[in-house]
Amino acid sequence: MAIGKEIRVKIASIKNTQKITRAMEKMATSKMRKTQTRMQATRPYSSKIAQIIRHLSHAKPEYTHPFMVERPVKRVGVVILTSDRGLCGGLNSNLFRLALRQFRSWGKEQIEVQIAVIGQKGCSFLNGIGARIIAQATKLGDSPHLEDIIGVIKVMLDDYREGNIDELYVAYSEFVNTMTQKPKLEQLLPIKSDELVPELAGHWDYLYEPDAKEVLDDLLVRYVESLVFQGLVENNACEQASRMVAMKSASDNAGKLIDELQLIYNKARQAAITQEISEIVGGAAAV
Amino acid sequence: MAMTIRVDIVSAEEKIYSGLAELVIVPAAEGDVGIAARHAPLLTRLRAGEVRVKVDNNETLPFFVSGGVLEVQPHVVSVLADRAVRAKDIDEAAAAEAKRRAEETLSDRSGKLDYAKAQLELIEAVAQLRTLERYRKNR
Repeated sequence: MAIGKEIRVKIASIKNTQKITRAMEKMATSKMRKTQTRMQATRPYSSKIAQIIRHLSHAKPEYTHPFMVERPVKRVGVVILTSDRGLCGGLNSNLFRLALRQFRSWGKEQIEVQIAVIGQKGCSFLNGIGARIIAQATKLGDSPHLEDIIGVIKVMLDDYREGNIDELYVAYSEFVNTMTQKPKLEQLLPIKSDELVPELAGHWDYLYEPDAKEVLDDLLVRYVESLVFQGLVENNACEQASRMVAMKSASDNAGKLIDELQLIYNKARQAAITQEISEIVGGAAAV
Repeated sequence: MAMTIRVDIVSAEEKIYSGLAELVIVPAAEGDVGIAARHAPLLTRLRAGEVRVKVDNNETLPFFVSGGVLEVQPHVVSVLADRAVRAKDIDEAAAAEAKRRAEETLSDRSGKLDYAKAQLELIEAVAQLRTLERYRKNR
């Protein structure tokens, strides 16, 4: 009997989709664990640097680095961290929404914005809306390295040193837990002074080789880099978590759809059989 | 037993080593320095080379660093290691590369826009499907 061929074809195709989404969910789950460990592994470095900078600013209060000085803001730089691949729920769009809202409020204050973008998704979106992208890095993969983003950050830091931008921000998704990722905009430069409150009271100072300024300069660059890198790794964990959740709900939805279609198919089949029987009975009665 | 000092070697990506040692030999920018417990506080840049952690008389652990910063406090030595070789011109090249990629994307606006457009169409189609479904249910 050739009943409901369309429905059967449809069910088969949805089943295929479900297989794919299930596989993606499993992959995202296992990758998520890895990215989370990486996320934790980056913390000691930046907290160590922050600690040293705190000591330094305490020991040498008379020397202020340009990275610590606030200036009137005419132009800001934003480093936006996005994923390379899609199918990860609202992760990137939530981030873009936050960023655009901020751009608008800067626009009202006549503050120009320049952007450095990491990740394919950010490139195509920001390019589509005609934003000023001055640097980009894409296809960093699931385990990015610091070297991959040094160039992007250097472009921004150079602009900051030359006075082309007066503030630097980083926008990324914060990993709250597996179900929740929060878009976040964080100020990198100038480094806020409340982050630099010394924790030790006693007065002491380092010996410096070659001298304080150079070491501090090196340290601050690394500090900014490590913060951005931390954001990148966190964003990665968010991407996998978000993809896992999105793919899970996609698989569930596909299951529901299959159930519904199966019901429709069974009803159609039954109706056809009933009709055939009644035709036979009717035919027999007529004879 | 000799006095020991705590050693932390970390890079931006991971914690490399953490433990106690009798002596740490570090390739500082102006020559190798050996650090034992109660060393005066010191902050210096590193050059590429080997950090040797002497755990005890029998065991010395080598770690390669391509650069970074060394911080010494009386009871803690922290090595903030760079994984990659950092030199001004290499950084410069990386920056130029990042800029070039951005420009490439900007000039290639048409191709990317098509992609964005296709995605929009897809979203629209999905919305249509959903409406259809709802309509079918209510009927």
